[in-house]
Amino acid sequence: MRFAFSVAARFLLSSKAQTMLIILGISIGVSVQLFIGLLIQGLQEDLVNSTIGSSSQVTIVSTRDDRSIVDWEDLVKQIEESSVKPQISAISPVLESPVFITSASAVPSVLLRGFDFGAADAIYGIKDRIYQGRQPEEGEILIGKELAEDLGFSIDQSITILTAEGRTTELIISGFFDLRVASLNRSWVLGTLSTAQVVSEREGQVSGIEMQVSDVFEADSIAAGLTETLRFEGIRVDNWKDQNEQLLSGLQGQSISSLMIQVFVIIAVALGISSILVITVVQKSRQIGILKAMGVTDRTASLVFLFEGALIGIGGAVVGVLLGLGLSVAFTTFALGPDGEPVVGLYLNYGFMALSGLIAFGASVIAAVVPARRSARLTPVEVIRNG
Amino acid sequence: MDNIVELRDVNKFYGTAVQAQVLFDIDLSFEKGSFNSIIGQSGSGKSTLLNILGTLDRPTSGRVLVDGKETSSMKNTELAALRNKTIGFIFQFHYLLPEFTALENVLMPFRIGNRSVSKEVTERANELMEIVGIDQVKNNLATRMSGGQQQRTAIARALLNNPRVVLADEPTGNLDSDTSEKVFGMLREINERFGTTFVIVTHDRRIAEETDRIVEIVDGRIRMDLKK
Repeated sequence: MRFAFSVAARFLLSSKAQTMLIILGISIGVSVQLFIGLLIQGLQEDLVNSTIGSSSQVTIVSTRDDRSIVDWEDLVKQIEESSVKPQISAISPVLESPVFITSASAVPSVLLRGFDFGAADAIYGIKDRIYQGRQPEEGEILIGKELAEDLGFSIDQSITILTAEGRTTELIISGFFDLRVASLNRSWVLGTLSTAQVVSEREGQVSGIEMQVSDVFEADSIAAGLTETLRFEGIRVDNWKDQNEQLLSGLQGQSISSLMIQVFVIIAVALGISSILVITVVQKSRQIGILKAMGVTDRTASLVFLFEGALIGIGGAVVGVLLGLGLSVAFTTFALGPDGEPVVGLYLNYGFMALSGLIAFGASVIAAVVPARRSARLTPVEVIRNG
Repeated sequence: MDNIVELRDVNKFYGTAVQAQVLFDIDLSFEKGSFNSIIGQSGSGKSTLLNILGTLDRPTSGRVLVDGKETSSMKNTELAALRNKTIGFIFQFHYLLPEFTALENVLMPFRIGNRSVSKEVTERANELMEIVGIDQVKNNLATRMSGGQQQRTAIARALLNNPRVVLADEPTGNLDSDTSEKVFGMLREINERFGTTFVIVTHDRRIAEETDRIVEIVDGRIRMDLKK
């Protein structure tokens, strides 16, 4: 083993240019594979984040006719005691009620969402989305950007809210929010839970409980876990995956095509290594023949080329991962959107990087099998007789 | 005296579709410590004979005994170990490994046994290189030596593992007559000093006449076997 390794190392070192060329070839393959992998992962993470990152991923809704959950504190307690709690990162009770805003110019229908701002902030990041004004207190309300512009509202203005039952309430505008989705900015008005309860006369009630989970792709199994453990009448557990099937199949298609590109790049790299190493066996056949005459076994002769494959594999993997990382960093640095933010965020998935390196190494060793077998089959007489 | 290598009724054919017989019923043995030559025209089968003696090639029929051991039933791995320990080879085209220095080439047969090079072995290598007169260039790469120096390195390499027998195929074939004289003299000296058996294949009658036994091969048969 040691002898084979030292011969392999010497063979590689003695033809430096050729060795560098192979390593460069592997590196480029690995870097492209890694870059594509990281790019698609970044793209998907961005997409998932912007789609469901700031929304409820698992939601408990009422199935009762009045859309209310009365004993919701008990429900929250049950969630907190359930086995899936470690996977849930935020829990926020919400009371939604459809209302009208009466103003001089129009009477738009909006959804009054009342929640505990402390808990809801973990999901919606509302504090950062209030671009003017302050967080609402009791009797105050936040208005979305587009709605405020349409109706010409200003802060501390008093507005009248009209419920479907015909009840009116006066509320003060404490500020404006921008969730970066115009339709939500137009249709949501936000207040505290108790404000919403007062407006809709549903004291002590909520209409749902919204949750975020640590791994968004586990949302369905977490929802299933909740459905199983919660002992509560008149509720249903929804999750984003069931509600976004198209997004999911899009992501899946993207993952598969990215995987296919990566696989073919690696196959091309492996074929390249294999063909170069086969040529190396021919180049070194004199040496192999004489080594065998001196007592090198067929096994050792083949090990020489497996080690060559392993060594250039390690070199190619290390250089390739660095190069791929460089490509990704360059891409996120130079490919910027109009807002100055990278088009695709950089997500350093160390596990994936290690896997890329490992696959390159494995492919190199596997690619060396054919040359290694040729080396094992070579007989010293072939070389000696032919000079 | 015991025989170090022995061929019994050896035949060798080449080719599969059209078969050509190269060796015919060869019975030949060499005594331990002897200094022998095999002569013959090119194409007479003398190199094939040497390759079979050295277990590099297998006979089509017949038996080959090296140091009293039957080799026809041995596997390639066993043959490799046998060659490494018992036989030293010197070829016409020295066949040094160009990637290694002269000293590394000389040490090669030892390292092939996966043994780490000890001080004693290095000393022995240096001593051998001194005997063959290449201690000045021992750290040169094989490609940075003259033909004579390379051939002498190959001789030192063949002797490193203290082989029982050295098989040399035209060891002076591509050297000028002066150098060739020196190299031949060296082989003789080593034979006398270490008692190593030598079998030297040559087409040069002058060289053959300086050995103790001349075996002449003509068309795959032994035509003459002359002992002094």
